Amino acid sequence: MNRAPLGLRIAAAAGLLFLHLPLALIFLYAFTTEERSYQFPPPGYTLEWFAVAWNRPDIWAALGLSVRVAATATAIALVLGTLAAAAVARSRFFGRDSVTLLIILPIALPGIVTGIALRSAYSLADIPFSFWTIVVGHATFCIVVVYNNAVARLRRTSGSLVEASMDLGADGFQTFRHVVLPQLSTALLAGGMLAFALSFDEVIVTTFTAGQQTTLPIWMLSELIRPRQRPVTNVVAAMVIAVTFLPILAAYYLTRDGDRIAGQGK
Amino acid sequence: MAALPIDGRDGALRRLSDRLVARPRLLVALFLAPPLLWLGVVYLGSLVALLAQSFFSIDEFSGLIVREWTLKTYGELFRPANLDIIGRTVTMAALVTLVGAVIAFPIAYYAARYARGRTKALFYLAVMLPLWSSYLVRVYAWKLILAREGILAWATERTGTTPLLDAWLALPVVGGPSLSISYTGTFLVFLYLWLPFMILPIQAALERVPGSLLEASADLGARPGQTLRKVILPLALPGVVAGSIFTFALTLGDYITPQIVGSSTLYIGQAVYTLQGTAGNIPLAAAFSVVPIAIMVGYLAVAKRMGAFDAL
Amino acid sequence: MTDPAALSAVRFRGVSRHFGATRAVDGVDLDIAPGAFFAMLGPSGSGKTTCLRLIAGFEQPDAGSIEIFGAPMTGVPPYRRSVNTVFQDYALFPHMTVGANVAYGPMVRGVPRAEREARARELLALVALSGFEDRRPAQLSGGQRQRVALARALINEPKVLLLDEPLGALDLKLREQMQVELKSLQRRLGITFVFVTHDQSEALSMADRIAVFNEGRIVQVGAPDEVYERPQTRFVADFVGGSNVVEPDAAERLGLPRGLYSLRPEKIRLGEIGFAGTVETTLYQGAQRRVVVAVGSDRLAVVAPAERGPLPVGSAVRLFVPPGAAHRMEG
Ligand SMILES: Nc1ncnc2c1ncn2[C@@H]1O[C@H](COP(=O)(O)OP(=O)(O)O)[C@@H](O)[C@H]1O
Ligand SMILES: [Mg+2]
Repeated sequence: MNRAPLGLRIAAAAGLLFLHLPLALIFLYAFTTEERSYQFPPPGYTLEWFAVAWNRPDIWAALGLSVRVAATATAIALVLGTLAAAAVARSRFFGRDSVTLLIILPIALPGIVTGIALRSAYSLADIPFSFWTIVVGHATFCIVVVYNNAVARLRRTSGSLVEASMDLGADGFQTFRHVVLPQLSTALLAGGMLAFALSFDEVIVTTFTAGQQTTLPIWMLSELIRPRQRPVTNVVAAMVIAVTFLPILAAYYLTRDGDRIAGQGK
Repeated sequence: MAALPIDGRDGALRRLSDRLVARPRLLVALFLAPPLLWLGVVYLGSLVALLAQSFFSIDEFSGLIVREWTLKTYGELFRPANLDIIGRTVTMAALVTLVGAVIAFPIAYYAARYARGRTKALFYLAVMLPLWSSYLVRVYAWKLILAREGILAWATERTGTTPLLDAWLALPVVGGPSLSISYTGTFLVFLYLWLPFMILPIQAALERVPGSLLEASADLGARPGQTLRKVILPLALPGVVAGSIFTFALTLGDYITPQIVGSSTLYIGQAVYTLQGTAGNIPLAAAFSVVPIAIMVGYLAVAKRMGAFDAL
Repeated sequence: MTDPAALSAVRFRGVSRHFGATRAVDGVDLDIAPGAFFAMLGPSGSGKTTCLRLIAGFEQPDAGSIEIFGAPMTGVPPYRRSVNTVFQDYALFPHMTVGANVAYGPMVRGVPRAEREARARELLALVALSGFEDRRPAQLSGGQRQRVALARALINEPKVLLLDEPLGALDLKLREQMQVELKSLQRRLGITFVFVTHDQSEALSMADRIAVFNEGRIVQVGAPDEVYERPQTRFVADFVGGSNVVEPDAAERLGLPRGLYSLRPEKIRLGEIGFAGTVETTLYQGAQRRVVVAVGSDRLAVVAPAERGPLPVGSAVRLFVPPGAAHRMEG
């Protein structure tokens, strides 16, 4: 393998720096002693704000709601995404492309369209905002993430495995349990984690479906627009980055041999 | 063991399995029903509701929604102020897409052609992590960077380039009182946010160009620059188009970034947001949100013709 | 069914399976005797695999009926049929060990662990893979995977074993070795083997009955020598071992009654007597040479023993067609 030209290496490195320096900055600011402004370099460093953030009940409440929403939306997306993948990957039927398009549509159209569409549907149907109005929106755009992972795996596994299982005496349910599910498990785990990360972080659709409820991203958004205690926001931002890295890394390692780019569904 | 030609063992599940295996179409229908019901009722239903509202209008005196079919609301889109918003948003989306492609290409090219083994995995993660990490936090990071007392001001001061920055800010249109209150700031943040969405499809497209093709081109006497222009760029184009679907759609629909970093002018997303919220003009908000849908449908149609879907 | 002696292991009556406009299997009648080593031979796309899948139960016929040992199979799912398959790509479960793969059949039938593991060891011993229980399929060579697939398919003691081009992925030497092993295994177990191949020499050397497929139909069924020596159609003559097809006009020129004949190249003698011709092409094949000779306007393939020496292109030869060498065909 020959080496890349110098110009290419510099351009690639600069691009990656552009992607990562801002994230590094977030961590730096979580430790600053400066309260009033975003002064750089920070005049001093402290761990104080972690303690302050830890004792803020509003943050915990927002975090709790976000986790519950993400867990529920992921569970729904896992079921629906897997079913859709099983149907599309295994058979050709009339309208198959339309089904694929329908699954992709919620992320292909701008989030604000999904948001306002759901909101106007809720208001037309007189549905009051609740935990479930958030979950419904999140599950809708999480389906595609699970679907993409499951479809990629199903395409890669030999179709004759299912036939081999039935040939050896396993009925449909035994085949599902002993052959299909083990084949899919890591892809579903990866898809589930990515769906969780997607939902946990979502703000555009959520502002339309949450009403007065505050998820963690909505909490952050209000802090961004009207900062109250900047250092606490810095700490929460750093924690959010740290926490979302984990499922992404895990999803990567679960799908790395073979399935192309688990995360492209976002 | 099973010496019978027919295995007669029974059980409720086994009998259910018998029925489903005998009718593969029924099985596919059963698989499809829940996701299709969900997406059809919840999602398409909502979109239809939205579309329907865009054909209603608002009574100018009472501020109430008049539920009568009319194209009046769409007519309002063509007011100069609204056309401005649409033009500004589309221009921004196009610029972000173009510059994004230029910055993304070297990264994608390096990752596809030169990175191997561990380096490749690192490259991949280096693109994936920002892609999946918190959108808001990443916008927030730019607030830190562009702030008056932030790192950018510090860096220009240290390198003595502050006059340069000031000169840029003094320019019409792209300038402003500070970067965080200018089109340049909004542009930078959009570029940063959507760059990973551009890198991945280009990389995927480049990975599919066999190395032997480049060797063949060199073998036939092409200089590296010629190979790039005549072979690599055309083959990477579907990837660029696929990536631009994301950068375009995401910029068209964003109402948060310009609110946090940017001048006070509106983008489509913000217009939709304020119209449905404080203004309570749901019909116009609905009509406005049809604009990005229409643009994206047109865009997807063109992209499909260019074979971009294979690179998704 | 009244006469057990006449019971077929597999019986097709007017079976068709169409995919859209493709008639994959088109009105097939077939009887496979119990204990037979039965080969389905035909070019790619002639419907052999579909026939096998119909027997296994992965496909249902659009028309006609299938019986296995007298039991009608309409609507019977694969897991209720006492038939097992060795798949073309082996279809070993990648997430299971070799031992678990082989023990899969008894496992889903609820056989206790210790018993089914002992049974799996027996079967692995049968295919000469003792001690491979804990490996993964990915850690095996092609030939070893093939044996695992065989052991796994045999553990349920099926009444019919289906093999879809089981040797297609192996190299020549391994293939010849496996041909011998499969044949002797089948003799020992006495199970009916139905075996798909597009390789005529494989079919001839292994099977005791051959069905030749073409375009979804069976064009001839018979013992290997029958199919080889006495092809009934032009297609069989040509596909099974490249026989000379002698058209009616040429037959008259060769002194035969007018009609369509198949004339095996190795039956024609090159020598001092007979029709005069010139060598057009010659193909050295080790033990023999395959030579195409032009006799007037006709062309005949001839096989000459290698020790006869080189036959340069253009050299003059004489061909002798012994009486009875040509076999008259139907059409
Ligand atoms: N599931 C299917 N869908 C559509 N066409 C099929 C299917 N299975 C087989 N065919 C077609 O039926 C014909 C016979 O196929 P097959 O039985 O696999 O032939 P063989 O095994 O002799 O090569 C081929 O033309 C093939 O393309
Ligand atoms: Mg076949």
